[in-house]
Amino acid sequence: MTPELPTPSAVQQGRIAYRRGKAIRSVLLAAGSTAVVGVLLIVAVTGSPGWERVKGSFFSWQIAKESFPAVVEGLWLNIRMLVVCAVLALALGLLIAVLRTLRGPVFFPVRAMATLYTYAFRGVPLIIVIYLFAFGIPGLRLQGTPGVYVLGGAALVVTYGAYLAEVFRAGIESVHPSQLAAARSLGLTYRQTMRHVVLPQAVRRVAPPLLNDTVALQKDVGLVSLAGPIDAVRAAQIATAENFNYTPYIVAAVLFVLLALPLIAVTDWVTLRAARRQNAGA
Amino acid sequence: MLLEIKAVRKVFGTSVVLDDLSLDVDEHQVVALIGASGSGKSTLLRCVNLLEQIDDGTIRLDDEDITDPRINPDKVRQRIGMVFQSYNLFPHMTVLENITLAPTRVHRKDPAEAREQATEWLDRVGLADKSGSYPDRLSGGQQQRVAIVRALVNSPRLLLLDEVTSALDPELVGEVLTMIRDLKGEGMTMVLATHEMGFARQVADQVVFLDGGRVLESGPPTQVLGDPTEPRTRQFLARIIEAGRL
Repeated sequence: MTPELPTPSAVQQGRIAYRRGKAIRSVLLAAGSTAVVGVLLIVAVTGSPGWERVKGSFFSWQIAKESFPAVVEGLWLNIRMLVVCAVLALALGLLIAVLRTLRGPVFFPVRAMATLYTYAFRGVPLIIVIYLFAFGIPGLRLQGTPGVYVLGGAALVVTYGAYLAEVFRAGIESVHPSQLAAARSLGLTYRQTMRHVVLPQAVRRVAPPLLNDTVALQKDVGLVSLAGPIDAVRAAQIATAENFNYTPYIVAAVLFVLLALPLIAVTDWVTLRAARRQNAGA
Repeated sequence: MLLEIKAVRKVFGTSVVLDDLSLDVDEHQVVALIGASGSGKSTLLRCVNLLEQIDDGTIRLDDEDITDPRINPDKVRQRIGMVFQSYNLFPHMTVLENITLAPTRVHRKDPAEAREQATEWLDRVGLADKSGSYPDRLSGGQQQRVAIVRALVNSPRLLLLDEVTSALDPELVGEVLTMIRDLKGEGMTMVLATHEMGFARQVADQVVFLDGGRVLESGPPTQVLGDPTEPRTRQFLARIIEAGRL
């Protein structure tokens, strides 16, 4: 039950009326300017001399329907690779980040290798990593070399693991030293401190950028098609070549956006929640 | 002798923070460290808890040299409780989880038993209704009392209190000090760094005035706070009185 508030004074009522008027004006202004920009865009695009050609070769309903099954089949590969690669890359990133925080001379080689890894794989273009993994590793002719899906996936995991490791590390370093002091003063070991005190706080703090990188990964999994597998983009390319019509690309683009929407929504929600929590804690 | 600090030196870069500092604490004794900011009070407590490594001297706890590099610091800290100026509760854990973390993970206590013990403690300090709350929902005084309980559930031999009321609003200081006074009544050995001279006078068996990382004067509170012999101590106390803190 909300308590009965006293009626606002005349001055306050005046303020309320003024603010309401101002709010209505800004809504109208926003609606008006949006409409103007929208109309201008439509006129500029549809009124352009080449519009009819573009419409035919990018937005053909007939070709969209024909190419849809092949593109969706390709997208299924994207989805499967995304799920597996995202999970593995997150695990690898977290592991590398923790290794980089280890102190003491015993851990120097581990720390050095972890550092070298993040430097190297954040620098090398993903496409080159995919070529190296998918064509270089089988070239060694070792027994039991896995297939191109696994090698391509490994290239993605190794590249994104390096990015995610840096995100995790930023999170770990953002946990205040006083938290470590409190945990150690209770007798917790370094491992226990990491596991129960530092990492839970670090991961919560960097959840938005981690999810953001996952959205980026979603688009990059398609690059394994460079090594042969047919993903949504490659399927669209094949369909495009068959008809000399670009509509399949638009189909793939729309599907990618639809696929990304839930992930983006989750990211926004997590970001908002993190911001709220931080404000509540202030 | 429960705690024996002998000729301890601590250096940060080129500044000597603790200089040939010696101090003995008997069992059931409460020692108050006073002195200006930067006099080494907090550093001394952090050295005793092995959060800082000393650069010379020895610290003995129950006749064991805890500054011996062969000793496992985690094992030593299990016997020492520490409470910090800014509480340092774990923000992602509820009050109950904060308190039961060390008993279950470090002392391998049965979780149900640890929860029961924690609830008993919270009941005693009047925070039973907060056990499921997160720290950011508590007032400073409540957080600090939780932090003290968190240290106490491990039954430490020694409790270190680092300016535990300095971050509190004046009206919340009392609830924390009452709790510390009760602990003294139960015979807990404590070393506390404080700016609350009135409280030091009431609760401490021994007041130690630190200046530039050295013990300049120490003795019963009536002597150190009432009739100091050192001019530096007098000067310090005069400034405190001026600020209305005595």
